[in-house]
Parts: sequence; structure tokens; C-alpha cells
Amino acid sequence: MSTEFCARCGRVEADGDHTRCAVLLASIDPPRFCADCGRRMVVQVTPAGWVANCSRHGERTSTSPSVD
Amino acid sequence: MTAVDTDILAVAREQVLERGEGLGQEQLLAVLLLGDDRLEELLQLAHEVRMRWCGPEVEVEGIVSLKTGGCPEDCHFCSQSGRFPSPVRSAWLDVPGLVRSARETRDTGATEFCIVAAVRGPDARLLSQVREGIKAIREDGNDIQIACSLGMLTQEQVDELVAMGVHRYNHNLETARSHFPNVVTTHTWEERWETLRMIRAAGMEVCCGGIIGMGESVEQRAEFAAQLAELGPDECTMNFLIPQPGTPYEQYEIVEGRDALRTVAAFRLAMPRPLLRFSGGRELTFGDLGTKQGMLGGINAIIVGNYLTNLGRPAAQDLEMLDDLKMPVKALNQSL
Repeated sequence: MSTEFCARCGRVEADGDHTRCAVLLASIDPPRFCADCGRRMVVQVTPAGWVANCSRHGERTSTSPSVD
Repeated sequence: MTAVDTDILAVAREQVLERGEGLGQEQLLAVLLLGDDRLEELLQLAHEVRMRWCGPEVEVEGIVSLKTGGCPEDCHFCSQSGRFPSPVRSAWLDVPGLVRSARETRDTGATEFCIVAAVRGPDARLLSQVREGIKAIREDGNDIQIACSLGMLTQEQVDELVAMGVHRYNHNLETARSHFPNVVTTHTWEERWETLRMIRAAGMEVCCGGIIGMGESVEQRAEFAAQLAELGPDECTMNFLIPQPGTPYEQYEIVEGRDALRTVAAFRLAMPRPLLRFSGGRELTFGDLGTKQGMLGGINAIIVGNYLTNLGRPAAQDLEMLDDLKMPVKALNQSL
């Protein structure tokens, strides 16, 4: 899966520094934006994981091979 | 001579550890103003108080958001308020999802599962979802204790939750009464207090705490701890602000680790007997080392796994930590 948009802040990955976003995505934040199109996703956090839905690109989960 | 004219930790040792009587507001302020050179001593005392009045067991809980986002209230810390440009979108967890979440929680060895909704108060649809969810959790053979956090309640709703078998209700006062209007403007501290009063009167266990790091002064932290002690909750939940994108507190600093530990210990010295639970924000504020220090500084309950909109540490990591600390996880048949 290509990563064009930051899954935390929704901005284009190539624009600006997303180091902090990457740290937070690896620790406390689930993805909130679709990495393919930058749309805001519907995210359900559960005790052991999360499920994120993009209206264009479908569902990703915490067990997906690539989530960002 | 007032109590704070003598060494506050000596006073606390006699008053809280020996007699089980929590410190008052002025005394708590003295604790919160102790220097870093007294921190270790303070944590040790808070730990002794916890061991003396609560014992070594740790209550483990999992939580899930049944209804996420779109909340009409303006709690400035919350990414689920519909009034702020937060990236959190509205979501509803269906009954099978709720059953799976309860099972995930039970599988960690947790004894408590809290169903949470981002609402001012529950409507008929939400209560119906809770009722169906609890029924389905029981039909799944899961005997975990169920708590709810659904905002402000009417007496009828309190009675309904009791009838559903909800044994504990979480409703946080969030911060000191004097600071609350800076944090929330769409309802009052007193409205929250009224819900807590009804919960207590109905025989449900009361879970009430708040968030540290929302711009409150050290005096207001002492005030908050004293107000919670006056309420006398069965459980006090301690969160530490995670500055959420899009909220008014987005740029707030994370509470400094030593200040956070001092606050944990002070809350234990204010309330020697209730469960004192590490909740949201501990991963950022404390890290691994600080979490252990907190567990040895008055905490005797934790949320394992993920939170409502944020992720936590894997449950196994926390359970391993408790094992290392030789703190047994409270079993389901043990009461408070």
C-alpha cells in the first residue's frame, strides 16, 4: 500500500515533518486519515485493536499487514 | 500549631497510614509542594497506605467506546466533542462488536469491563443498545463485571442501569470545582455531582476522577483531591491530559513525570481506601519506568489495552509488570 498521506494528521506525507505523527501512530494514536486519499476515516478502537474505514478505500485493521 | 507546621509526611504517616484518615486540602497542598528530594519518600508512604488499607491486589479493567464522537458538550480536553475540529468521526459499536470487546477484556484476566459513550446523557436508543449488549455478553458466557459511563443520568435511567446489572458507574468530575468552568461550559460541576449522588443512592459503586494537566494550579489539584475525598468514590480514576488534535488543549504540555507522580501519591493520601486507577495518558506522561513508580506510589488499579480513542500498551505488557511487582490481579469473586 502506498503512503501518500499522513494517517495521523491527514496532510501529504511529502509536506512537512511527520516524525512526531509517526511516533504517536506507533504508540497512542490509531490512524485517523486514509493513507491513500487523505479522507478522514471512521475509526473504532477496541480493547485489543482498532478498525478504520475509508469511504473510498475500505477497511483497515490493527492486524492489517500495513496500516499507514 | 496547624498540621502543616510540622513535616507533612510525618503527619500523613500518623493520620493516613495509622488512622486511615485522608489528608485535607491544605495538607494536600503541602504534599504537592514537596521538593523532588522528598518524592521517593512520598511515593513510599503512599504505597504503604495503599498496602495497609487496600492490600496488594490490583483491579484490572478494560474499556470500550460504544458511541464515539459527535458529543454536544464542549469538554475542552475531549476529541469526541462535536464542537471542535477533531479528526475523530462518529462511530457506533454494534452488539457483536461489544461482545467481542468484552471477551477480549475478559481474556486478559480483567474483572471489569466499562462501556462508555460520548454523550451528554443517554437517550432511549443508547440505553437499548447497552441493555442488548449486556444481555449478549452474558449469553456469551462472560461473567465479567460491567460498568458504564454514559454521561449525566436521570433517576429513571439510574434505576434502569441497576436493573440491567450494571454494578459500577463512572462519571468524572474532571477537575476542581473552581477550575471546571474553564474546562466545560455546556454543563456544570454541580450537575455531575447530582448524577453521582443518584448513583450512590441507588447502590451502584461510584467511579469518579478526572484529568490532571488541564491548566489547573497546584492549589486546584489539592482542591480537586479534597473534593473527590468528600465524594468518597469506590474508585477514583486518574487520567493525564493527552493534548488531542483539534481541541482547545491541543498545544498544552504533557504533565511532567515527577509532578504526575506527586499527584498520584497525593490522591492516595487524600483517599486511603478506594481503588486508584491509572487511566488515560499514563503512557505519555509516565512511560514504562514512571508507570512502575506509580504502581509503587499508591495506584492499585489499571486500565489495560486500548482506551476510547487512543491506544494503550498491550495488556500482556502490563500484566507482566504486575507479575514483576508481585502484585496479584484481583479475581472476579473478590469484592472491594
